[in-house]
Amino acid sequence: MAGVVVKSENLGKKYVIGHQAKGGRYIALRDVLVQNTRGLWSKALDLLKGNPIIQGDTLEEIWALKDINFEIRKGEVLGIIGRNGAGKSTLLKVLSRITAPSSGRVTIKGRVASLLEVGTGFHPELTGRENIYLNGAILGMSRAEIKRKFDEIVAFAEVEQYLDTPVKRYSSGMYVRLAFAVAAHLEPEILVVDEVLAVGDTEFQKKCLGKMDDVACGGRTVLFVSHNMNAIQRLCKRCIVLSHGRIAFDGESGNAIGNYLKSKDLNQQVSWPQISQAPGNDIIRLRAVRIVGDDGQVCSNFDVRDPLKLEIEFQVYKEAQLAISAQFIGALGSYIMASMDNYIRGSWGKQLPYSVGSYKTSCYIPGDFLNEGKLSINLWIYSPPFAPYVSPHIKLEDVVSIDINDSHDLGGARGAYPYEWGIEPAVRPKLKWTTELITEDNE
Amino acid sequence: MHDETIILESDRTIKNYWNDLWRYRELFIILAWRDVSVRYKQTIIGVLWAILRPFLTMLVFVVIFGRLAKLPSDGNAPYALLVFAAMLPWSLFSVSLGEASNSLIGNEKLISKVYFPRMIIPVSTVVAAFVDFLISFIILLGMMGYYRFLPGWNLLLLPVFIILALLASLGPGLWITALNVKYRDFRYIIPFVVQFGLYISPVGFSSSVIPEKWRLLYSLNPIVGVIDGFRWCILGWNSPIYWPGFILSTVVIIFFLWLGIWSFRKMENSFADLI
Repeated sequence: MAGVVVKSENLGKKYVIGHQAKGGRYIALRDVLVQNTRGLWSKALDLLKGNPIIQGDTLEEIWALKDINFEIRKGEVLGIIGRNGAGKSTLLKVLSRITAPSSGRVTIKGRVASLLEVGTGFHPELTGRENIYLNGAILGMSRAEIKRKFDEIVAFAEVEQYLDTPVKRYSSGMYVRLAFAVAAHLEPEILVVDEVLAVGDTEFQKKCLGKMDDVACGGRTVLFVSHNMNAIQRLCKRCIVLSHGRIAFDGESGNAIGNYLKSKDLNQQVSWPQISQAPGNDIIRLRAVRIVGDDGQVCSNFDVRDPLKLEIEFQVYKEAQLAISAQFIGALGSYIMASMDNYIRGSWGKQLPYSVGSYKTSCYIPGDFLNEGKLSINLWIYSPPFAPYVSPHIKLEDVVSIDINDSHDLGGARGAYPYEWGIEPAVRPKLKWTTELITEDNE
Repeated sequence: MHDETIILESDRTIKNYWNDLWRYRELFIILAWRDVSVRYKQTIIGVLWAILRPFLTMLVFVVIFGRLAKLPSDGNAPYALLVFAAMLPWSLFSVSLGEASNSLIGNEKLISKVYFPRMIIPVSTVVAAFVDFLISFIILLGMMGYYRFLPGWNLLLLPVFIILALLASLGPGLWITALNVKYRDFRYIIPFVVQFGLYISPVGFSSSVIPEKWRLLYSLNPIVGVIDGFRWCILGWNSPIYWPGFILSTVVIIFFLWLGIWSFRKMENSFADLI
């Protein structure tokens, strides 16, 4: 079709992960030896042939992308949104040829440049000038092209007087400015951009966004991934929403953002108007569970810096010792932590019993502590001295869930760090760091 | 405006791979330049190191093999020249093999964030090793002046053997650097190979001391052919080439080069997923 510059047909990307089988009551040494020698031989052969070797007894295929179909026309600015782990980065990596698809096909007409992070390939020992040439070449600019734009790049980055200083002596702000300046002067036909605007101070961010505006208006075809809905709304007319590796929505940006926010299927509060239907038994029944902000308002989207409160309302029908336990589950089902209230009511098995009545318990979670992403709560209420798993009164999974965002405006635990965490940790506390200059000697 | 169309599919080896490699020649040059300038930046030792290392090793070898073991030199060539003529290709080979083998891991960030034909990286490190070589070549000229040893026209053929030495390191280098991406243990192999190879290759002695019936077998070591070639160029007819051995060495070099390129290209697509 005329005008179509990127066409993706049934695109899929699969990763294979090995699991170690745990079955079997005992393992004979002989079996292990036989299995391993046989494995060793075939693996050595694979090694020689360059086939991948995957550890583990059972293999699991994970489709990071599946059945992705879309077209981008020339000059279109397409936004890609989705939760962490929805496949955005994988899609960009496939489109920018960093990794090969596992199925389907993508047809691209024109020169592609990808900007998945700023300052790729910057070498600390080299000077600013040298790094401009190096980084430019890495991003796909020719030497002549860099030469032509050199002054413009330097002016944009505001680093004139440090051009011949090794970048290891740059402040992080200067470093980022220089890196972005090079990237901003790329002129490919198709530009693939990951969340890279979110660097530097606010002033510089505005400048970057302005530059992106120019790029978008300049008839360039752009694919743009961001968590920043304002930037998406501003730059893109059309948006794709990815969810679990599939396209959940493809259309006008406003609708796409609406769809994305709705699709988060968060459930920040739950209540049971008819208490007889509520979870529980003849000792205790729940009335409501909710997550509220510092101001006591129910909220589904928290900044990583904000404290939050888990509130549990319940009705006690018979006097009983009760313990409440909340488990915190991360986006991918990872178990973050559990917290129990029992320490507030005396020693184990001799807790101050709850008398008949209606109660509200709340658990305060400080800001700058949880990681970003979806957080859901599992709730257990049981009677000591029994263990929680021995006939609990209430055992609910995913009672309430919220979304936590780490903004890129320097105030969060990530500070100015612009990249992904790699292996996503369970918590992202903002711990106290201090640095002092001990001596100014250089040895 | 480039009117090119790229089709991305699974298991599709990129069409025009070699053209693509050519298109990225500027990146290749700049990466090679980066490796060289980072290597010699900051330290004066950087340059000195390229001179000292082969020179000191040469001295030790001259004392051990020439003076103590009293091994014969080739023809009338001074023993020190005999050793240094082999030291040059050996350092070229070992440095470039070592650098190439670690190159992909050292450029992890690039590989996971930008597309380019990956082969650029190991090949560009070889260029940096070549610069080291040029520096130590100056010592050779100095030594020739000291011994008043005039090379013949054979010296003009030296570039052929330099290329052979580079190809000899590139083959295994490509293979090991690709394997290194997933199995980091392969990096421990190289220092061992280099250390071991220094003694089993005819660096400290002439390959003519090897008994005639073993010489062909000895030439299975690809470096034997390269070193013999270097000696022939530098020492002239004092050190004639043993042709069957030389051809065998060249065949082994070509085989490893083929293996290296073939397996590298096979693994190349998955580098970004594994690194």
